[in-house]
Amino acid sequence: MKITRAEVEHVAKLARLALQESELDALTGQMDAILDYVEKLKELDTDGIVPTSHAVPMENAFREDAVKDSIGVDKALSNAPESGDGCFRVPRVIE
Amino acid sequence: MELIDKTIHELHRMLIGGEVTSVALTRAFLQRIAETDNRINAFITVCEEQALKDSEAADRLIAEGKADLLTGIPVALKDIFLTAGVRTTCASKILDTFIAPYDGTAVARLKERGAVIVGKLNMDEFAMGSSNENSAFGPVKNPWDTSTVPGGSSGGSAASVAARQAVATLGTDTGGSIRQPASHCGVVGLKPTYGRVSRYGVIAYASSLDQVGPISRDVEDCAILLQAIAGYDPADSTSVDTPVPDYRAGIKDGVKGLKIGLPKEYFIEGLDPEVKAAMEAAIETYRGLGAEFVDVSLPHTDYAVASYYLIATAEASSNLARYDGVRFGVRVDQGRGLIDMFEQTRAAGFGDEVKRRIMLGTYALSSGYYDAYYLKAQKVRTLIRQDFLEAFQAVDVLLTPVAPTPAFGLGEKVSDPLQMYLSDIFTIPVNLAGTCAMSLPCGFSSAGLPIGLQLIGKPFAEQTLLRVGYAFEQATEWHRKKADL
Repeated sequence: MKITRAEVEHVAKLARLALQESELDALTGQMDAILDYVEKLKELDTDGIVPTSHAVPMENAFREDAVKDSIGVDKALSNAPESGDGCFRVPRVIE
Repeated sequence: MELIDKTIHELHRMLIGGEVTSVALTRAFLQRIAETDNRINAFITVCEEQALKDSEAADRLIAEGKADLLTGIPVALKDIFLTAGVRTTCASKILDTFIAPYDGTAVARLKERGAVIVGKLNMDEFAMGSSNENSAFGPVKNPWDTSTVPGGSSGGSAASVAARQAVATLGTDTGGSIRQPASHCGVVGLKPTYGRVSRYGVIAYASSLDQVGPISRDVEDCAILLQAIAGYDPADSTSVDTPVPDYRAGIKDGVKGLKIGLPKEYFIEGLDPEVKAAMEAAIETYRGLGAEFVDVSLPHTDYAVASYYLIATAEASSNLARYDGVRFGVRVDQGRGLIDMFEQTRAAGFGDEVKRRIMLGTYALSSGYYDAYYLKAQKVRTLIRQDFLEAFQAVDVLLTPVAPTPAFGLGEKVSDPLQMYLSDIFTIPVNLAGTCAMSLPCGFSSAGLPIGLQLIGKPFAEQTLLRVGYAFEQATEWHRKKADL
């Protein structure tokens, strides 16, 4: 086994997903099969290989630090499930 | 030949010649969508009213002699592109009610040229899938055979072009999501080099792999659309500031003396015999046109799918953290506090495949596993990229199949995620390498399903791909075949 059900439950917590028991069961088997498949990467000797995080060679992308218009409060809030006083409203954070 | 069968370049001539108006054209496509979409489910949103308004404006521009090649042409967009004032769902329940507050750069560039957007197209949820069965709005069906999948994730973008519901469309390609559906639907699709087209206003899946590109009836249309959307964008710092060439210039120059590489790892045992035969016929066609073939090797091909499913899922787990029920989209709040709200919202809003990829990516990035999975995958990515750069020392382009088989049946691979992932075996390496590739129709299976040919080019050599693709199209009739829908 590459991954246990307890680990799957822990990952679901990290990912903020409230998964059903049946989903956790199915995912344990599926993730195990996929992780078993990706094991094949270990066949390759990658010592000294520089990892690629970006496929096109690029230097830092600098721009002028100029003040520009932004999207504005009304538009930014236009899709909010709940808003008020020009802010996003969320459930109580500190009990 | 009906209006809806024509290409952008043909319709442009008719529009400026006064043979047809954009309003009439737009009505013809809207009617076609109304008549056919119950059979293929390619559209999530049809923008009838706005499209007709825009077509009137386009007709005024044409009358004033200010028409661009795209002015008045009805196009449609994968529902991953933010489109101001229009619902943009990414085929997810979590964005069911999301109205985009601004246009993405590619969309803005099409609008500036007067293109008429007729609607937003179905796709795999958050672009995760190879069959378009992962949509919260139901699967798209292949216009050539509605019991088969159109491919994914840009399934709606490819199916709607094949079904004559739009002249051309835009899709996105993270591991083959333009090329594989284009191949399964018998149309042309191009994934540009990473950084060639801005990703601003495109809902992110895996940011180091995602790229925007056109799907069209023929290669010339593909060039016209790429011309419109390519180029540096200050709003996307990963877009590349190199000049955009004239993609139609030299398109007719042919392939005499061109060196085409055949990577042996793409002509494997598991390749469907009909796909193999279509590749052999295409090779003969190119030989007849004066191209030379060279055997090459991309030795790390077999590791691409494993590398991809770690990198893409890791990036996805980070990108999709923003869907938390706070700033946009659906919220599920049971009154049990903020964390519970996050967890319930995400559990209710995401479909199975999206959850699976978030879980895999979270695991690959989690403490203790980062080096073994994510970092290892990025090192293998380097090897895969080097394979391509070495092969391109000896050849101008590579020729391969797009997919190992023609379109498979609806439901055939849904229960086995790994088998589904392996259907992208020939397209994924290109995204990891960051280079460009195109899918072209090159034949049909005995069951009447389209087969596609993939041309892979050097970084930023889209012009070469278009020239090589155009030569094939001129010598064959595959792109003229019509799905009987």
